[in-house]
Amino acid sequence: MKEVIDIISGSILEDEPTIDLEELCQFCQVPAKVVIKFIEYGVINPSEGDSPEYWRFHQSVQIRTDKALRLKQDLGINVSGVALTLELLDEIAELKQELSHFSHLNQTSHLD
Amino acid sequence: MEYKDYYKILGIKKDASKQEIKRAYRTLARKYHPDVSKESDAEVQFKEIGEAYDVLKDPKKREAYNQLGSNWKAGQEGFQPPPDWEQNFDFGGGSGYKNTQNSTHDYSSVFEDLFGGSRAKQGRYSDSGQGAGFQAKGENVRAKIMIDLEDSLTGAERSITLAVPDINDQGQVINKQRVLNVKIPKGVKEGQSIRLSKQGNPGFGGGEPGDLLIEVAFNPHRIYNIKDKNISLNVPVAPWEASLGATIKVPTPDGKKVDMKIPQDSQQGRKLRLKGKGLPGKIPGDFFVILQVLLPPSTDPKVKEYNEKMRDEITFNPRNFLF
Repeated sequence: MKEVIDIISGSILEDEPTIDLEELCQFCQVPAKVVIKFIEYGVINPSEGDSPEYWRFHQSVQIRTDKALRLKQDLGINVSGVALTLELLDEIAELKQELSHFSHLNQTSHLD
Repeated sequence: MEYKDYYKILGIKKDASKQEIKRAYRTLARKYHPDVSKESDAEVQFKEIGEAYDVLKDPKKREAYNQLGSNWKAGQEGFQPPPDWEQNFDFGGGSGYKNTQNSTHDYSSVFEDLFGGSRAKQGRYSDSGQGAGFQAKGENVRAKIMIDLEDSLTGAERSITLAVPDINDQGQVINKQRVLNVKIPKGVKEGQSIRLSKQGNPGFGGGEPGDLLIEVAFNPHRIYNIKDKNISLNVPVAPWEASLGATIKVPTPDGKKVDMKIPQDSQQGRKLRLKGKGLPGKIPGDFFVILQVLLPPSTDPKVKEYNEKMRDEITFNPRNFLF
């Protein structure tokens, strides 16, 4: 059963204006206390603002918040475990990119 | 609903103990969690693992499943579950990954000891309550897409297929395919997400639908390497080009050929920058040419002759710094 619809244009999430705490909670469907706890543990970070009412978040934070919620729920990890997991995943992603860069270098320098 | 071998999914024997089932589930759930695993079908696998565990951990469901399983093996073409199959088994919808949050089973209870912490018992929070006139925006749905460098350079159209849970006339949950033709925005980079407004799950009580968020990853390119907004290319040069300087032709990501000046005394690995020739955007990325000095083969007598001449006549110790 297939349903084809017209071409949809999207926007790049990271280029959209920042959001506040209320919007973040709404997008991720979580109460503010959960987001605040994530911030306390460094799972996510506001891009500006010193207190909850002034916090602004990059749009991509909602994806990270979503990931954190799922890891917490699906694997039963506590909040500092989630922070650690996400940091390690970020690091792995960076290392993989470096690695692909270097294997790329290697490859072209052995061209005959 | 098609028959699935839950034992096979969890990689255990038919007579596996409760502990074995739990252990197999824990290991696989970690391995295939969609936020951890890089495998493209991780989401489907994770869902199946959860479904299998949900049935096999419960002795009653397990027994009923074992019986149906043997019926199926008796040789029916397609597995036809009894009409009340869904009710008896309460698979919590068998829907997309996202919906595990709404289902009644609690995958995570067995994971409490993983990082030694206790966790909140509730799934996704619904503080809004179920009072009259309850209205809520639908959930955001996430997907991934692999694109080519060229798609981001010029913008492109790509179609993606989503599995959307739906309920058929018999009240069974089925996966419907939904094809979306998506415009890839120019200049999108690895790890960014494309937001398609209102293409997510439907809202409740007249609420707006959620968004579809598509995470972008690049297919490896034959010659270019992409990092963030910058694109780099390894360009082989002859030793005399690197030494004396030269003007060479270089293919840029936009499909053109440009003349590039190699400065005199360019060492192996020297990076030359073409500003703004990377991925497009408000602040476009740069294009880097990385010089790779290639030696001509000394099987060529002329090469051998010149090299011997250099060895004998030039004073050069590249290893001075080691001593």
